[in-house]
Amino acid sequence: MLDDALTGGFDDAPVQSARAFRAALSALSRPGKIETITGGYAPDPVSPAAATLLLTLCDRETPLHLAPGHDGQAVRDWVAFHIGAPLVGPAEAMFALGRWQALMPVTGFPIGTAEYPDRSATLIVELDTLTASGARLTGPGIETAAHLSVPEVRVLRANRALFPLGLDFFFTSETRLAAVPRSTIVEES
Amino acid sequence: MPDYNFAYLDEQTKRMIRRAILKGVAIPGYQVPFASREMPMPYGWGTGGVQVSAACLVPEDRLKVIDQGADDTTNAVSIRKFFEKTAGIDTTEHTGEATVIQTRHRIPEEPLTDDQILVYQVPIPEPLRFLEPRETETRKMHALEEYGLMHVKLYEDIARHGHIATSYAYPVKVEGRYVMDPSPIPKFDNPKLESAAIQLFGAGREQRIYAIPPYTRVVSLDFEDHPFVATKADHACDLCGAEHSYLDEVIIDDAGGRMFVCSDTDFCASRQAQGHRGRLSPGEDAA
Repeated sequence: MLDDALTGGFDDAPVQSARAFRAALSALSRPGKIETITGGYAPDPVSPAAATLLLTLCDRETPLHLAPGHDGQAVRDWVAFHIGAPLVGPAEAMFALGRWQALMPVTGFPIGTAEYPDRSATLIVELDTLTASGARLTGPGIETAAHLSVPEVRVLRANRALFPLGLDFFFTSETRLAAVPRSTIVEES
Repeated sequence: MPDYNFAYLDEQTKRMIRRAILKGVAIPGYQVPFASREMPMPYGWGTGGVQVSAACLVPEDRLKVIDQGADDTTNAVSIRKFFEKTAGIDTTEHTGEATVIQTRHRIPEEPLTDDQILVYQVPIPEPLRFLEPRETETRKMHALEEYGLMHVKLYEDIARHGHIATSYAYPVKVEGRYVMDPSPIPKFDNPKLESAAIQLFGAGREQRIYAIPPYTRVVSLDFEDHPFVATKADHACDLCGAEHSYLDEVIIDDAGGRMFVCSDTDFCASRQAQGHRGRLSPGEDAA
């Protein structure tokens, strides 16, 4: 997709990041709702949605973990130029990017503390497809029930059991974005 | 417009605020610390709400700002102008037309929809602060879900006054976990905290952001034998005749005369435009 680490950033950062944030806010506030998020491009295998999310939320203050498969020299160079986030292992990460299997086990990421549950990692999970079908989601942000093609219900249920601690998940595919925060109850449908 | 970065704040600051907002949404009712900036207005004038709004606005937004329900008071007018100038966005006074509404101490009467964001200005975000001044202790109390003290306070109200006398900033429990201060809205507005809109709370001086996602359970604290009641003045609006809106009492002479009017100016004006009349409405030929 891109072989040049110097391109793929926002042309108009204040406006593009504002629109991207609104998409992310809407997705996280309404778990299961699929939003379109565009503006950024990063080298393969990073999706445009994930690249845009990184440009919108990450900077030199947010340690980032690149999971195997996403951790290549091209992506590292792109992150260094556009974002400047320190690259770290799972235990120190505020954000992590990768495919589901590469991010396992999620127990390696910080889930916050009882007094500061916000000091927990946000995982950006790249999927081949993202559709409003599959696991049943209920909880804050959902009027009755929503459905989302999440990879593994068991892991998300274990994460919910930690509430108010836990991890927050963004799922990305091409330019599509959805989210499952720790507050969401996930069940097989 | 070209003199300011879009929506005033620099991008690094907006990213920091946006991260805090997202954690707030993920943990409904929990107060996320954030590095509040100095804004070109004093603390107490909505610096927290302004920072949250600035982090959320997009150029397509239409912003409404209310102060105690009114669109035309100093605080509301100056914040509206601030964003007109620094973000170049459209503004409105009509609740139904707004995509982002920043509010000081009221929730609009008109039900909000799922494409709206309500941003609250919050003075003291910690509901336990007046019971326990130490931040280290209140943080521990939230961590342990130790909210007995709050019930003692409400009980003391009953012991002293015969009913729960707390009439604004009435504490709520969000999604069965965190006790939260809904900002100093009248308790009449508490039932509206369960909303289709995204609700974000910003406390600038106290450096906290918190949130209620749409359709989140928000329960006002009470007792089985003293259930929560959303109270208002027992009158109808003297200008539009509305019987179920929150009212301001206005002294109109020095002989004890008074009138009651809707605190939500847009709601009241819309009703009057539809032909509703109240006790003190001017006659049709008075104009």
